[in-house]
Amino acid sequence: MNKFQLLKYQINPNMILRKKKSIKKELLKKQNFTEKNIAILGGSTTAEIRNILELFLLDSNIKPNFYESEYNKYYEDALFGHKELEKFNPDIIYIHTSNVNIMKYPNLKETEEDVYNMIKTEIERYKSIWQSLSKYDCSIIQNNFDYPINRSLGNLDCYDIHGKTYFINQLNQEFSKSANKIKSLYLNDINYLSSYIGLQNWFDKSLWYQAKYALSMEAIPELAFNISKIINSIFGKTKKCLILDLDNTCWGGIIGDDGLNGIHIGTETAIAESYTSFQKYAKELKQRGITLAACSKNDFKNAKEGFEHPESVLRFDDFTSFKANWDPKHENIMDIAKEINIGIDSLVFIDDNPVERDIVSSQVPSVAVPNVGNDVIHFIDHIDRNGYFEPISLLADDINRNKYYEDNKKRTKEESTFKSYEEFLISLEMIANTKSFSSIYLDRITQLTNKTNQFNLTTKRYTAGEIENISSNDEYIKIYGKLIDKYGDNGLIAITIGNVKNNQCHIDLWLMSCRVLKRGMEFAMLDEIVKQCVAKKIFEIIGYYKKSLKNSMVSDLYEKFGFIQIDDTNDDTIWKLDISDYENKNKFIGIKND
Amino acid sequence: MTKEEVFNEVQNIFRDIFDEDGLIINSSTNSDEIEDWDSLNHINLVSAIEKEFKIRFALGELMELKDVGSMVDLMVEKLK
Repeated sequence: MNKFQLLKYQINPNMILRKKKSIKKELLKKQNFTEKNIAILGGSTTAEIRNILELFLLDSNIKPNFYESEYNKYYEDALFGHKELEKFNPDIIYIHTSNVNIMKYPNLKETEEDVYNMIKTEIERYKSIWQSLSKYDCSIIQNNFDYPINRSLGNLDCYDIHGKTYFINQLNQEFSKSANKIKSLYLNDINYLSSYIGLQNWFDKSLWYQAKYALSMEAIPELAFNISKIINSIFGKTKKCLILDLDNTCWGGIIGDDGLNGIHIGTETAIAESYTSFQKYAKELKQRGITLAACSKNDFKNAKEGFEHPESVLRFDDFTSFKANWDPKHENIMDIAKEINIGIDSLVFIDDNPVERDIVSSQVPSVAVPNVGNDVIHFIDHIDRNGYFEPISLLADDINRNKYYEDNKKRTKEESTFKSYEEFLISLEMIANTKSFSSIYLDRITQLTNKTNQFNLTTKRYTAGEIENISSNDEYIKIYGKLIDKYGDNGLIAITIGNVKNNQCHIDLWLMSCRVLKRGMEFAMLDEIVKQCVAKKIFEIIGYYKKSLKNSMVSDLYEKFGFIQIDDTNDDTIWKLDISDYENKNKFIGIKND
Repeated sequence: MTKEEVFNEVQNIFRDIFDEDGLIINSSTNSDEIEDWDSLNHINLVSAIEKEFKIRFALGELMELKDVGSMVDLMVEKLK
């Protein structure tokens, strides 16, 4: 069992607050932290928020350095610049404001137009903050507004134009619109969070008067947990695959014993209905790009039959990988990761049986195994509240991802019927675009830079702002690759960023999605880089390989390309390629760049 | 709860908040004697005590507390 279960749903706020110093000491014993600079601009006291947020981030292997604005100086720090903040060079700016920071509510004499103007004025203040902070090229996390604890207009408060609740609802709508427009702006939905834990638990008048905390002590861990989910998602630490046990997890009963007609699923009974809701939730995740896998101790035939139940929401085809056998579950889970080609730390495993959970979490500790208990009613909450699959945006590529995997199955099947691998590649009728970044793809590019781990030479992460800047900067060669084949569109799957200086092109980033491995796409990318270099009269390319836990598959990529090694420190290597007489290396992919 | 029991539990809370297993407090212990006992940690202490003992201090009461002794006296009164 995870030593830091305290920091997972259901978190224990009082224990976290009380033991925070010893928890921090324990967390610091872990290995492989990534350092990130996080600036907190507060409209109320933030000291304890910083302390607790630190715990949640350490738990996700992010070691935060903090900058904290002085009390209630969020507006000044954001607008008038601050040497210290500039020096700090934030990766994330978190703006902790809430209803206590609303400048002025309407009074009863004011007309509809006055109220409209007041909403506009309030919003403009935040817009100018976000605008001004955009110079830091970092992600901004902004609270929306919680409701005030008292409302002198009673229920009318939420629909009369003079009501505070009404005012806040309008502000929140405007915030949502802005967050949809501004790429690097993410909302921390404290309006939802405060309802979830209950407004009377969320706000503590005594603590507000005494210490100017705009939320109660016990709400602080909930808030910090919520912020950490967004930060994890920004840095690509969210999970990608949900692995489900079957008997008493996807349906009630044991299909091998009870038979297809004996299992509980559907709407006939309360128990059946609760399993149906769980399946519906899993299906929703699948529809937005989370991969589903099954891992069950069962005969394959029986297990598969369970999803042929007329009331079953999930179908056998919904599972990208389906393991039903009598082997130990941790072995099956390793196989699932290999089959789908994703890291073990991208997996979440749900099983009603504590023994199975134990064996998986002890044998493969990087798999997330929430302590879901044995009542299906709680399973969704463990997935939902832990934020394993927290998205920061919904991209068409995510929604289609499962289709790629399915197409991939067909490709793999064909592979075995060809005489040679080359013949197979030709048969795929591949067409690629290898072009300079364009604005419609910047979201996807940022996302890929933050979540690609295996085929990634430097594992350099970029914020949306940085990618936007690179995209319009002539000192960079920045190429994305898209690949289509006869089975379907793989989408945008490769990115290379080269910094041109001193007559050389330094490759800061080279990555490719694993779904197009061994297709020769990397050669098509190299050809395009060389072409763009030559156009700039650059004849030397410098490549860097920075070893990470996951990128050993590309340690010899530059060697394969014909680069010559010029330096190595530890496991990191530097390579050089003279391109004055370069010949194109791509043989199997048609390039279409018009 | 006897005064001594309250005292022992308060000491445990002090040990957790300041992360010092061997910390010993007595009636006259005050914020001058514990280096980390600043106004922010004071809030953390009070709120941990409120949670542990399921009591609440009124705003005025907190102003009066000069040392651990006066705090424990007030708590014993509330716990009656």
